[in-house]
Amino acid sequence: MPFIPHTEEDVSAMLGAIGAASIETLFDEIPPALKTGKLKDVPDGLPEMAVARLMQERASADGFWSNFIGAGVYEHHIPAAIWQITTRGEFYTAYTPYQAEASQGTLQLIYEYQTMMTRLTGLDVSNASLYDGASALAEAVLMAVRSHKTSRRVLVPKTVHPIYRRVVNTTVRNQGIELVELDYDAATGQTVLPADPGSFAGLVIPQPNFFGVLEDVHAMADWSHDKGALAIALVNPTTLAVLEAPGKWGGQNNQIVGADIAVGEGQPLGAPMASGGPYFGFMCCRQDFVRQMPGRVVGRTVDLDGKPGFTLTLQAREQHIRRSKATSNICTNQGLVVTAATQYMALLGPQGLAKVASNSHAGTVALAEKLTAIPGVTRAFANPFFHEVVLKLNDNAKDVLRALRAQGILGGLDISGWYPELGQAILVCVTETKTAADLDHYAQHLERILSKRREAPPCAYKS
Amino acid sequence: MLIFDHSHPGRTAAAQLPAASGSLDDLPAALKRKDAPALPEVSELDVVRHYTRLSQLNFSIDTQFYPLGSCTMKYNPRACNSLAMLPQFLARHPASPDETGQGFLASMFELQEMLKDVTGMAGVSMAPMAGAHGEFAGVAMIRAYHDARGDTARREIIVPDAAHGTNPATATMCGYTVKEIPTDATGSVDLAALKAAVGPHTAGLMLTNPSTLGVFEKTIADIQKIVHDAGGLLYYDGANLNAILGKVRPGDMGFDVIHMNLHKTFSTPHGGGGPGAGPVGVSTRLLPFMPIPLVLNENGFYRLATEADLPQSIGRMSANMGNAGVLMRAYIYARLLGGEGMHRVAEYATLNANYLMAKLREAGFDLAYPSRRASHEFIVTLKKLKDATGVSAMDFAKRLLDYGYHAPTTYFPMLVPECLLIEPTETESRETLDGFVAAMKAIKHEAETTPDLVKGAPYSLPVRRLDDVKAARELDLAYKPAA
Repeated sequence: MPFIPHTEEDVSAMLGAIGAASIETLFDEIPPALKTGKLKDVPDGLPEMAVARLMQERASADGFWSNFIGAGVYEHHIPAAIWQITTRGEFYTAYTPYQAEASQGTLQLIYEYQTMMTRLTGLDVSNASLYDGASALAEAVLMAVRSHKTSRRVLVPKTVHPIYRRVVNTTVRNQGIELVELDYDAATGQTVLPADPGSFAGLVIPQPNFFGVLEDVHAMADWSHDKGALAIALVNPTTLAVLEAPGKWGGQNNQIVGADIAVGEGQPLGAPMASGGPYFGFMCCRQDFVRQMPGRVVGRTVDLDGKPGFTLTLQAREQHIRRSKATSNICTNQGLVVTAATQYMALLGPQGLAKVASNSHAGTVALAEKLTAIPGVTRAFANPFFHEVVLKLNDNAKDVLRALRAQGILGGLDISGWYPELGQAILVCVTETKTAADLDHYAQHLERILSKRREAPPCAYKS
Repeated sequence: MLIFDHSHPGRTAAAQLPAASGSLDDLPAALKRKDAPALPEVSELDVVRHYTRLSQLNFSIDTQFYPLGSCTMKYNPRACNSLAMLPQFLARHPASPDETGQGFLASMFELQEMLKDVTGMAGVSMAPMAGAHGEFAGVAMIRAYHDARGDTARREIIVPDAAHGTNPATATMCGYTVKEIPTDATGSVDLAALKAAVGPHTAGLMLTNPSTLGVFEKTIADIQKIVHDAGGLLYYDGANLNAILGKVRPGDMGFDVIHMNLHKTFSTPHGGGGPGAGPVGVSTRLLPFMPIPLVLNENGFYRLATEADLPQSIGRMSANMGNAGVLMRAYIYARLLGGEGMHRVAEYATLNANYLMAKLREAGFDLAYPSRRASHEFIVTLKKLKDATGVSAMDFAKRLLDYGYHAPTTYFPMLVPECLLIEPTETESRETLDGFVAAMKAIKHEAETTPDLVKGAPYSLPVRRLDDVKAARELDLAYKPAA
């Protein structure tokens, strides 16, 4: 009974107060035939010391790697203060701030988070976060369709992360929404806007795109607005320290300046990679769309004495009030991770975030130069990239990555399965955590592996 | 004071900045930002002090008793956090090959198997990232099942009127219409109404058991038969799983699909509103439709299942494997408790609830369903008190904050007037419960003698009652410094 404080005396006194003979009596409304016997697949409980030993063994088995995989999740330095404060019991074990007076800490923090996100994206409002980047994109697609009078089609470039596209599909397909894929240019890696798109409610604009390539976001936003559709920015928050804010995209040919909605994965802002989560999705939009926005929102107001305070607001959009007519069924945000992200943005500030971004970019450029100097390695696309680059190999990508792994290097993500037209291609990422020595280490091993495989190819190649 | 009020141009938390800047000269000028984002410019100590101080404005389980009905605010063991945050676990990229994460994947596989056992279901997927996300997966699977059989006339989901708001909202997201059925006077599903509601259009029934009214659906066998005979499937909302953990299994009750809220029953932190985790369990007929990824064990090698393994899957719900770190905390909790510990969770949660209910009844409070056993929670109705004194359930809840107790859930379920939904959980001691009863009695006395005192509460918190109308009408969602 690890976390149950009752003594035998407590139990008998409490049963006496209830007027029940035994604890089992309290379950007398459950039909006896349904009652469970012993759980067969749950092992006996262990003391903390034994569980700690087990988990430490498993962690050691997983080990540490020199990681060059990005693809939506990025290895950035996380200041020590962040998770020490985030895991303080007052943040870690607090409930959703429905009782505003007892939750001013969490509420003010979310208000500060919302403010920081509007400043990063250049848009008017932010919600308190969604599950992750992919589900945030799905919610943005639903929002675009709600906001558009007639069309239920949304254009999604193939340069959007393939798994994001699948998540969007899972989320929207039962609502009669059509997702239309847009091709990319084989030379530049940028999205090609179709000549005759038909009517559509929104265009997703990834910046940088899945290949790491920078899209012409101004042209894309304007094109979408010209067609009477919403421009949905899918952005990486780190890069927004130095790349143009979605709120300022386009505006060259008409009145509307800026994307209408910006979403993305918040993980780069202080969340550890941790095999996939928890992270958070962010969503910002123009003021006009605030009532179409899903998820929790915190507002500043005053109390009975006129003192400023914070509270959840616009709850009339949400499931606990609107039930089947809610903007979404979502009834959570990723509060704890947002707690970390807010501190991350405050600690890094505009200068720090820009340095993280520019270092990551410069590191990726440097690594791409080193790797493409190796025979058999070329860049897939000519256009500028941010902190990821697609490299083509004249060898089997899976085998090469496995050989690198034997040296403790995770050399990138094999994207040949998702994009067979690219041949043997890997997506490689460098962040500010990598030193020049790390890049050299990778390049030396790749060169050795490729030349060895050329000189003594594996059996399958000999036939 | 906001973090922005601490900001001074040029101040930095210098230790956190990379030593050098990289060049961005190769990027097109038109795509670069002209003005730096106005993030705070503060020192590391500014940040540490500001957010530590903010944390101290919160109620939390670690500082207060939280009898919040339907939310299962039990103690979150510290070991679950520290062990889930071992550096190798945190450092692992989710797209790393399975070979580099056998320790992590073994833990995930074992959790998956334990959840199957605890719920009595044939398969479990841990992809959904919250309860409502699990609901979405569950209803999407129901739809995929009917559609795969060509049974496309089934477009209606039935929910009891006491259901969580997420139930009807989820049905809508899956392209279904919602039919509500009433609750009878004892808090049970009205069987006659259910019989009248089912038919060839019924895709399924979503049910919470024990229900949101804090009572066990005694006629679950009949409910199950009515829905299945009509060709519908049965969805179990696992919000109240803590009440039956190790006592009854949803699979044995005949449910086809279930979601679990690991942030309730498996004690992962609520974190001020997430992240949660909402794994789904399914009966045999829904196995092909489970969301991916799941964890497979192939002769001792663990790997994530993909589209190739489950071609009929409803698909992916997150870019990676759900809220993996939350799942790790749940796994560690399960290992600490073990099978025997899990049996005791429901027993002591139920003991605490029935004890608290008996003591409050003795203190003169009205119970919504006085003839019923409490499950792990129960409802007090303050309707008579409100009629006599004008003090509402909301006033009562706010006054409890002054006494150092988090308020119970108020105004849910909506069909009980002036209700407080109270759930003590198994981790609270008898003394804590007695202290809460004393506070309830004291506030009742205040309501009867000095009602305005209660109506003006709280007084001892960082702010008094907030103007929600102003918050919604004069939206201020982001700080803008005065020009």
